[in-house]
Amino acid sequence: MSDVPLSEPAPGAAALAIAVSGVRRYFGAYEVLAGIDLEVRNGEFVTLLGRNGAGKTTLLNIIGGLLKPNEGEVFVAGLDAKSQGAKIRPRLGWLSHQPGFYGDLTAHENLAFFARLYDLKDWRAAVERGLEQVGLADRRSDRVRTFSRGMLQRLAIARILVHEPSILLLDEPHTGLDLPAIELLNTLLEQFRGDRTILMTTHDLGLGSSLADRVIVLAEGRIVQELDGGQELSALREQYLAILSQEVAR
Amino acid sequence: MKSTWMILWKDLRLEWRTKEALSAMMVFGFLVIVLFNFSFNPGAEEIRSSGAGLLWIAFTFAGTLGMNRSFAAERENGCLQSLLMAPIDRSSLFLGKWAANFLFMTAAECFVLPAFLFMFNVPIRDQLGTLIGVSLLGTLGFTCLGTLLAGVSMNTRMREVLLPVLLFPISIPLLLWAVETTSAAIQNAYLDPLMMHGQAADVARATDGGALKFLVAFDMIFGAVCTIVFPFVVED
Repeated sequence: MSDVPLSEPAPGAAALAIAVSGVRRYFGAYEVLAGIDLEVRNGEFVTLLGRNGAGKTTLLNIIGGLLKPNEGEVFVAGLDAKSQGAKIRPRLGWLSHQPGFYGDLTAHENLAFFARLYDLKDWRAAVERGLEQVGLADRRSDRVRTFSRGMLQRLAIARILVHEPSILLLDEPHTGLDLPAIELLNTLLEQFRGDRTILMTTHDLGLGSSLADRVIVLAEGRIVQELDGGQELSALREQYLAILSQEVAR
Repeated sequence: MKSTWMILWKDLRLEWRTKEALSAMMVFGFLVIVLFNFSFNPGAEEIRSSGAGLLWIAFTFAGTLGMNRSFAAERENGCLQSLLMAPIDRSSLFLGKWAANFLFMTAAECFVLPAFLFMFNVPIRDQLGTLIGVSLLGTLGFTCLGTLLAGVSMNTRMREVLLPVLLFPISIPLLLWAVETTSAAIQNAYLDPLMMHGQAADVARATDGGALKFLVAFDMIFGAVCTIVFPFVVED
């Protein structure tokens, strides 16, 4: 376990939480990412917006160290993702539309398992706190198999809370959630804003823009536009539709 | 090391809850023994010559069935992704899985081996220790390769077919040594009664330990190689 507190950037890390430079990624002959340059400052909330197949998840996987780029460099918290993945991972929180829990373990067992993988000293207290924060303390002894989609996503949020990462990578976290669950997720993301760096992918502008400082539009593996997240949704939608129509025309 | 224990604990607990892999392995291994018994109704002579092969067929078929399931829980709901995002050495994931597969296959063998000895009436006597030792060494190597290849085949569409297709050819040396040593143990078990009938000279085989040494070497070499290779299998 690193001596550096997880909520702090690595020594020597600049104000940039994520720095991606010239990243290309191929699946066979197909170029999924065609030279991405992206910088995310510490404490910033950035949304990656794009249609299915635009390369959003691939980019997030590369930043998270699950995939390696064919070309280019990725730095997370000032650390090289290629060679220092083990030092980066404690600083990352990962939330996707796939909850990543074992159905036949209870909510408590699942969280305890992951908390212990993160080598937390007081993992018991961290697990209890996480369950309390997402409102699942009364279901702690129930097998995860019996949980609804919304409850699973809340449990996945609790897993992030357990090890308190400084950077959150969220891959379409709203997918499949009902309205109350979306509200809860957005409330938690609102709480995280400012304290943590958040990079979220989505194909739904309505869900992606409300909290973001910046909205970056990806199309065919390229960044095609950067929008100000503070704008009205209708104005953003207009700009986004214009970008999509240009893409279709190409 | 701690993360290896955590992976093992998690797999044991999941198996304790579901009993999916172990029950299937035990029943399948037992059925192989029963089918051979009914099909060929072998006598002492046939068991001496081919009993070891039959036993290892039951062991490995049952083991493959279990190892095919070993990454199923990781594939469900994106659990592997969550594991890979945790700050653990990827090799510890392999070691935990290998340990779990070894324990499951050994547990299945604890059920299959007595069934074999009973149904074929093998007078095992003082050869039981050798038989158990060979079984453990063979199982260690077989599950080592099986765990790596289960990881390789996990993301393919034909994973249930691919695992045995890849595993059995690579395991041939291991299985040959395991069968040879097991065969020697079984023949030695028959030695005393046969000597009484004056037929010992042509069947007596000493377990000189040659094949046993190969088994140990195989386990050590492939254990190291698979631990090093596995991170590349799951990373990209």
